[in-house]
This record gives sequence, structure tokens and C-alpha cells, in this order.
Amino acid sequence: MSTPNLAAPLHYDDQLISDILRRVKSIAMVGASANWVRPSNFVMKYLLGKGYKIIPVNPGYAGKEILGQMTYASLTDIPETIDMVDIFRGSDAAGSVVDDVISFSNQDKPIGVIWMQLGVRNDPAASRAEAAGMSVIMDRCPKIEYGRLFGELGWCGVNSGIISSKRRRMG
Amino acid sequence: MSGDQEGPRQYGPETKAVHAGSQPDPITGARNTPIYQTTSYVFDDVDHAADLFNLQTFGFIYSRLTNPTVSVLEERLASLENGRACVAAASGHAAQFLTFFSLLDPGDDFIASKNLYGGSITQFGLSFKRLGWNCTFVDATNVDAIRSALTPKTKAIFIEVLANPGGIVLDLEAIAEIAKDAHVPLIVDNTLATPYLLRPIDWGADIVVESTTKFLSGHGTSLGGAIIESGKFNWAADDKFPTMSQPDPAYHGLTFYETFGDFGFTMKTRAVGLRDFGPCLSPANAFYTITGIESLPARMDRHVANAQIIAAFLETHPKVAWVSYAGLISSPYHDLAQKYLPKGAGAVFTFGVKGGYDAGTKVVEGVNLFSHLANIGDARSLILHPASTTHRQLTDEQRQAAGAGEDVIRLSIGLETPDDLIYDLDQALSKI
Repeated sequence: MSTPNLAAPLHYDDQLISDILRRVKSIAMVGASANWVRPSNFVMKYLLGKGYKIIPVNPGYAGKEILGQMTYASLTDIPETIDMVDIFRGSDAAGSVVDDVISFSNQDKPIGVIWMQLGVRNDPAASRAEAAGMSVIMDRCPKIEYGRLFGELGWCGVNSGIISSKRRRMG
Repeated sequence: MSGDQEGPRQYGPETKAVHAGSQPDPITGARNTPIYQTTSYVFDDVDHAADLFNLQTFGFIYSRLTNPTVSVLEERLASLENGRACVAAASGHAAQFLTFFSLLDPGDDFIASKNLYGGSITQFGLSFKRLGWNCTFVDATNVDAIRSALTPKTKAIFIEVLANPGGIVLDLEAIAEIAKDAHVPLIVDNTLATPYLLRPIDWGADIVVESTTKFLSGHGTSLGGAIIESGKFNWAADDKFPTMSQPDPAYHGLTFYETFGDFGFTMKTRAVGLRDFGPCLSPANAFYTITGIESLPARMDRHVANAQIIAAFLETHPKVAWVSYAGLISSPYHDLAQKYLPKGAGAVFTFGVKGGYDAGTKVVEGVNLFSHLANIGDARSLILHPASTTHRQLTDEQRQAAGAGEDVIRLSIGLETPDDLIYDLDQALSKI
């Protein structure tokens, strides 16, 4: 992953991210890797453990399984419904992935959320997706956000930013 | 919608000191943080165990790495320092060791201010040297001295903004600029200021270390240390930090920065440093420190108010030669203190007594409220004559360089009634 050269810092409400993570069931992971030390493999393993359906997309690995899940060459090859596309690609490449999602998403198979990983940000692509009615999250990791919002991230000393006198809710 | 301008509520330091990191327990509803006095944690199954060991999921394995009570302290300190993440250690010295272990390979250099806690000077100058970590000490009150000491092998700059013994304040913003230009992390020991008086990350520091033993714990009960990372340093911008940006053979080829991003340094320090060297904080000490931090803002206000009163009293005392406290207008560091420490210039400072070595020993032996000992940042006021105690083994020359000349007395001002502290010092000075 490259480190983003950010124009303005991004901010997303905790409630927005929390709603997305509670709502989506199936996630297509573009750039998923079979190598267990790769970040995408970490994220996939974690999210599988939290009960999400993860569909890996990687043309070099199509037809084989990653963590027991069938890998597809492209988003258009996926026969199932996808709620969210998680992009593990460079910021520039993310633009064409977003355009694929926009053209692929339709009333029969609506894709509600585009998520770009930590270090991935493409503002023009995000605007196109939002114009098409999708929610967009950039430069964040769903694993880290899940851990942060549902009480696990503080376990390893990370500042969750959450201050509350209510019982911690576990995912 | 992306790029939402309205951020979440930014809570103040007093609120964070009481709440950050310690939501009520999800199962029992316990409001205060429980002491998890346990060495280890059960796994759901072998796959869960593997995920935990591989760092693929968050959770507890063994208290050398993480413990739920220690985690609360870590998150609270990360929050108070406006940092991204924190890892606690058994002491401030352990925190410094772990920090440099995550940064340096044998043969690497770093630059440190020569105005540091004496224990840091020994650690950096002698013990680190045996590991092949070379420290160049510079007079950091002259920021150009730092710039000229930079070499291609420099991997970090280490300073105390409010130096121990007190009185010196460094130009943090200017030094952070030098570190940024050289692309090396600026590490600040924030023990004497605490995040209540100064948040170095807000001025551009990349890593903050502290001895929580002092003002944070606050009552002289518990040793502890902490490392807080800003999350803003780009470890992969060049090839200077292979321990962060390259696959780590000590962790199955995991690349910490790539995998954990802005808290990669903390994960590396925990998963490799704490794992392999073991100086973890005990849950009981974490609990005492968490409790201490809850009153940190209130205590620091009182500490610095008392220190200001005592310093002003001493400055006009006929038996006192000089007072080195940046809160005094006479101090050459007064302007820097106003800029970086507007709430107060700390509570640890030195003064010189007329009459040299013998007069110094008479003062420390003549007090009745001040405790004669070597810790600082306690609720109790403390007094020390370095020349006859901590710095006794040094030559006169070394003592002078360390700010521990024959006439120097060091004070850490506590929470007592300021008039009582003045009374005590006055009667001790009258015996000279």
C-alpha cells in the first residue's frame, strides 16, 4: 500500500461506519491475497471470523480458494449478491474498480458501499460513486474500524476515540 | 457522505483523564477498571489461537504482551497525548529501551539533547553503546547544533522539552521541523510536563515516551513507562527504517507498517520488543496509574502553582544564589515556557545555595516536610542535593556538566500548603 498524499483529512461519523458494518453481509475483496502475511489476507481472515461472507477477487488466483472462499477474476464474474466492495489496490487503480462497480451495480444487484483501504483514496472516483447513490469510505480499514467501534482495538493500546459511560458493546 | 467537515466531539483533557479507555465492562457493568490479575487467556479453539499468535485478530494471549487493565492505561495515555496508540512498559527506562529497539540496528546513530534525566544519559551513552546504538549528545538549546549533528546514519532525535533537572525549555516546534526535514522521528520524553501541561505530538513530535512513575501515577506508588506514537510518521518514505517497512524475520516476515499502518510502531514494539525482552507493566501498577491519572489535571494545577510560589520565594531569599525555574520572568527560558507550557513550567527545578557543598548538605538535612529522596512527581515535596548523593561518583567537571554542581539543590514541589513549604525551606536555610 502506498501512503496517501491527502488533500484534506477525511472524517467519517462513527455512526455511519458502524451502520455500514452492521448492514453489509457480503463483501467482494478486490486485491485479496492468498499469502497469509499480506494485509488483505489479515483483513479477510478477521472479517470471515466476524461472520461476513467474503468473496476474493484476484485474476491471478481465479478458480482457486483463498481461506476456503472461491476466488473470481473480476467483479462481473461473481454470481452472488454483493453488498460492499473492499478495494486493496493503489489509489489510481481504485478509480477503474469504482467505475466497474458503478456499471455492474443495478436494481437486481445493487452494491451499496465502496470501501477503499488504508492508504487508498481517489476523490473523483468517490464522487462518481456517490452520484450513483453509493456510500463511500476511503483510507480506512474495515478490520480496524470494526475493532475500534466494537471494543476490540483498545485491547492493543490503540486510541479508539470513544468516550462513553455506557457498557462497551461487543460485535 | 465523505469528507464530512464536522468532526466528533473533542473532549478536554480533564474528561479524557477520567474516561478515556475505560468504558464500563461489557459483561458485569463494572464502572471502575477491574484489575485483571491473570497471566493468560483461554482460546476459543486452535484456529482462534493461531489467529491471535499471527496478530490476525485482536485479543489476549499472555500478559507479557497485553492485559485488559494495562490496555485501559494505554488507551488513556494515547488519548491524553493526542496520539494514535500506546504500549506500556515496566518503567520509563524500559519504554526507552523498547522504543530504540524498534528503531535501531547495531551501528545506527541517534541524537539526544545533553539536558536529559541523568539516568537517560547513562542508558544512552554507556549501556546502549554496548548494543551498537550510538548516541551523539548535543546542546539542544541551540537548535542549529542538532542540525549540524545529523548524519546519514541518524535514525532519531531524542529530547526532553522540559528538562530534568528543571529550568530548561527547548524550542520543540523548531526541533520538530529539523526532524521532519531530515525525515527522522522526533522522540520526546514528556515525564516532567505530562500531557496535561504539554502535548508534544501537537507540536510535531512523532513518539512520546514517559515514566508514568512520576506525576502520572502521582503518589510514589507504582513504577511504569509508556510509549505513545503519533501515527503520522511515514516509515516507508525511504529505506531508513527496515524494521518497520520491510518483512520482519522476527515475526514470520510480517511487515508491521504495511499491516498495521498508523499504529504499526506500537504493534511492532509490543509483538517483538515486549515479547522478546519482557519488560511488561503489571496489571496492579497499571490500575494505580489509571487511578492516579484521573486526578492528574487537578494535581498538576496545584503542583505548578505551588512551584511558582516556592521559586518566587527562593529567588528573593538572601541565602539563595540563583533559581532555575522557567516560570520566573528572570529565566532565559521564560518565553519558551509561555509558548509551550502556558499552564505552568512544571514542578521540578533547581536552585543554588550560597556556601557550596556544605551549605547544600545542611539544607537537605535541615528540612522537616521535604523528603530527602531521589524520586520526583510525588504528592509529597522532595529535596535532593545531587553532589552528595546521586552524582557523588562523578568528577567536579562531570557534576558541573550535569547541572549538579556543589551548590545545586533539586526540588520536586508537592501538593502541601505552600506557606508550609516556604516555612520549611526558610528554617532549613536559616541553619546555614
